[in-house]
Amino acid sequence: MLQVALMHDKSIAELRGDLDARVYSSVELTRHYLDRIARLDPRLNSFITVAEEQALAKAEQADRAIAAGAGGPLTGIPIAHKDIFCTQGLRTSCGSRMLDNFIAPYDATVVGQLDAVVLGKTNMDEFAMGSSNETSYYGPVRNPWDPARVPGGSSGGSAAAVAARLCAAATGTDTGGSIRQPAALCGVTGVKPTYGRCSRWGMIAFASSLDQAGPMARTAADAALMLQAMAGFDPRDSTSVDTPVPDYAALLDADLHGLRIGLPKEYFGDGLDGGVAASIEEAIRAYEGLGAEVRKVSLPNSPLSVPVYYVVAPAECSSNLARFDGVRYGHRCENPKDLEDLYKRSRAEGFGAEVQRRIMIGTYALSAGYYDAYYLKAQKIRHLIADDFRRAFEQVDVILGPTSPTTAFPIGSKMDDPVAMYLNDIYTIATNLAGLPGLSIPVAPAAGMPVGLQLIGNYFDEGRLLNVAHRLQQTTDWHRATPPGFE
Amino acid sequence: MQWQTVIGLEIHTQLATQSKIFSGAPTRFGAEPNTQACAIDLGLPGVLPVLNAEAVRLAVRFGRAIDAEVAERSVFARKNYFYPDLPKGYQISQYEHPIVGEGHVDILLEDGSVKEIGVTRAHLEEDAGKSLHEDFHGLTGIDLNRAGTPLLEIVSEPDLRSPQEAVAYARKVHQLVRWIGISDGNMQEGSFRMDANVSVRPRGQANLGTRTEIKNINSFRFLERAIQFEVERQIEVLEGGGQVIQETRLYDPDRDETRPMRTKEEANDYRYFPDPDLLPLEIDAAFIADATADLPELPDAKRERFHVDFGLSEYDAGLLTGSRELADYFEAVAHDSGEPKLAANWILGELAAALNRAGLEIGASPVVASQLAGLIRRIQDGTISGKIAKQVFESLWAGEGDADTIIETKGLRQITDTSALDPLIDAIIAANPEQVAQYRAGKDKVFGFFVGQVMKQSQGKANPQQVNALLKAKLKA
Repeated sequence: MLQVALMHDKSIAELRGDLDARVYSSVELTRHYLDRIARLDPRLNSFITVAEEQALAKAEQADRAIAAGAGGPLTGIPIAHKDIFCTQGLRTSCGSRMLDNFIAPYDATVVGQLDAVVLGKTNMDEFAMGSSNETSYYGPVRNPWDPARVPGGSSGGSAAAVAARLCAAATGTDTGGSIRQPAALCGVTGVKPTYGRCSRWGMIAFASSLDQAGPMARTAADAALMLQAMAGFDPRDSTSVDTPVPDYAALLDADLHGLRIGLPKEYFGDGLDGGVAASIEEAIRAYEGLGAEVRKVSLPNSPLSVPVYYVVAPAECSSNLARFDGVRYGHRCENPKDLEDLYKRSRAEGFGAEVQRRIMIGTYALSAGYYDAYYLKAQKIRHLIADDFRRAFEQVDVILGPTSPTTAFPIGSKMDDPVAMYLNDIYTIATNLAGLPGLSIPVAPAAGMPVGLQLIGNYFDEGRLLNVAHRLQQTTDWHRATPPGFE
Repeated sequence: MQWQTVIGLEIHTQLATQSKIFSGAPTRFGAEPNTQACAIDLGLPGVLPVLNAEAVRLAVRFGRAIDAEVAERSVFARKNYFYPDLPKGYQISQYEHPIVGEGHVDILLEDGSVKEIGVTRAHLEEDAGKSLHEDFHGLTGIDLNRAGTPLLEIVSEPDLRSPQEAVAYARKVHQLVRWIGISDGNMQEGSFRMDANVSVRPRGQANLGTRTEIKNINSFRFLERAIQFEVERQIEVLEGGGQVIQETRLYDPDRDETRPMRTKEEANDYRYFPDPDLLPLEIDAAFIADATADLPELPDAKRERFHVDFGLSEYDAGLLTGSRELADYFEAVAHDSGEPKLAANWILGELAAALNRAGLEIGASPVVASQLAGLIRRIQDGTISGKIAKQVFESLWAGEGDADTIIETKGLRQITDTSALDPLIDAIIAANPEQVAQYRAGKDKVFGFFVGQVMKQSQGKANPQQVNALLKAKLKA
């Protein structure tokens, strides 16, 4: 029974071994996680929908496949999907009242490729717009390390669920830091792949040129297994890139001697919490101990990344969210008196305040007379930001810094100050603007709260990022820490 | 005051693809509402567009056909506006960087001169769905079958100066898109829709007057009348001291007038921006070469060739190149018979009349090209006379076999044998001494009487030249 009780502490590779050796079945494993969700999630609110029936049916099917020797790498492994990924027959709300009644007739490509047991759909900021998970129509998610604090966002439900051992791993999406920042604040490993690495088909769009799906897991090794399944070209997504997917697991153990790590001076300036800085310094020393060479680099345009992002992302979202009009699906107001009333009330009732704010900002930025000054200018600066990284990667192999300037902040503390909220993503947004891969791994906590270390790689260099993360996780055990009460 | 009319046309032509421009749903016309709209056409959350390569190929063919630059790189943009039959809340179109750049279409004016009409651009876009306002008890029904249908929007320069020129241009574009096989041009089904931008200005003034846009015209006749009405309306407004308001109007064929479109929107701001779901469209020389490799000889070139090589009049050459089917038919007959002029006369005369009477297109002609060529060959070699040929044509039309069979079975061959004609002519001379005397006294007109008699008694089968020669010789004696 000891074995069974600790199933939720095992890595995906360990679970795979146990399932294949029939130590326990996928149904048993799935029940175990479902029990934990039922017992523990009321403290967190990390799930919007728990799919008990479907999960058990899928687990049974997985057990049969495993018995027949026909299982894949994730067959029978219980995971959770951020509620932004369409799941056939299972409600996909995107954290919004607008889609409270929406059941997609298709699976997102990454959902199909993972082919795991889906325990449910995790909570998120409404339409992925937020950095604290407080904009969700389904209420805020609480940080497992301190229920008075936010888990980060927008993939806050996935981060909290993985940290609290309510699923073996989860999917997230990252438009400006929405995987890495909550991973940092909850103490898990989150990977934002290169733009185009994972298909966006079936993933509800926030800002199409920035959105990217990625895994959230307890370790880099688990994230590698997840990413292996999620990555690849999809003919249904014109922006997905047809370049081979390397064997990430095989790259994990590569030696770090001679690895050139760049520290952007802009990521260590004002606004960085002292405790967070100290933890990052400690990790840098650990990397030096592993043989890596550390040098300073500069990303001079990075201070512009937040303002650029808050033009580009709202512009795209103002258009992407136009389809939610109450005509064909989703929320429709009661008794509309005419078409205009139908539009206005359906959208006013269906969207929360932050979503409405961004739709308005974006509409403004694209309007005649403002387009050149905002949207076009932002696109130009976006190129400059990408150029900064290009120059940096001529000197170093990876870039290292903090994921977020602070640890998790108290629920409610920044909701009245959008700009303060937006600054949470100051270190993560530039990689989205440039389309680069990045990940966050937990390092030494500060004042009892998790701290995330961010690694940024060159295009399609996820293998190296996972390798660099994994090597640190082999010599440290910050990533093994379990929030009190969720052991 | 003397007014000058200035017209520019925007033509939306549906491209003849099997599936939609950004989804795999079929484009077939006339299906039950909402049965040809997939998740992408419905604008469900999370779906993404993937460009149909065939639509690109067809657009490239058009670009080549109007002598325009095909852009190596063009960009799809979103045109944002709310309407219930626009599922995504935006239309994917091309804005700043269209696939086809400047070109021209040449039209023939009534005085026989050729006028070059500039084409500003042509771009790819998706069609919207349809709003159905009847049969829903005060509500509106939405049919999204048409949503996502590929369109090529062809925008002309304001080079047109009269309703007639506008119609000539529109007809020419219509001819061209069908000719090069990129659209069926079916106007009843909405495959060819026209918007006319119309303004007037005092003759000699350089600046354009304020224009109105007449939207969604689907016949050439309505195009002409709508513009005519609008021009007269604008002149009346201006001469009455008023001002033309820039607005969108609709033509009502029942009342033969244009009216402002009912719209609550003020100035439209479509907030165009490049569609982040689609990469810029890049076309290389190989793609263009492949797309245009089987481009047929274009109507203007063909018309010129018919005129120069075959010696046809410009007018006849123009008629014969009215459609590719007709031109192909003519060429086949001309080639088979070796008689282009006769071929043209027969096709534009006897055949056109018969087709007209039967309400048939050339493609459905019961007389195929080889049969008509066979008939012409027999006229040419003297086997039958022109008069008999009409009889043979009727039999061809009735499906009685080819010309030679008909001539043989009906015994219609011309009598060219002197031994057969001699006794006939001798008998006629013997039976009409009075006329013979008159002729010999110098009354030349009487000659026609003898020819008529011979033709009558030979049932038209005598060769007229031979009859002439024999008669002359015998009457002289």
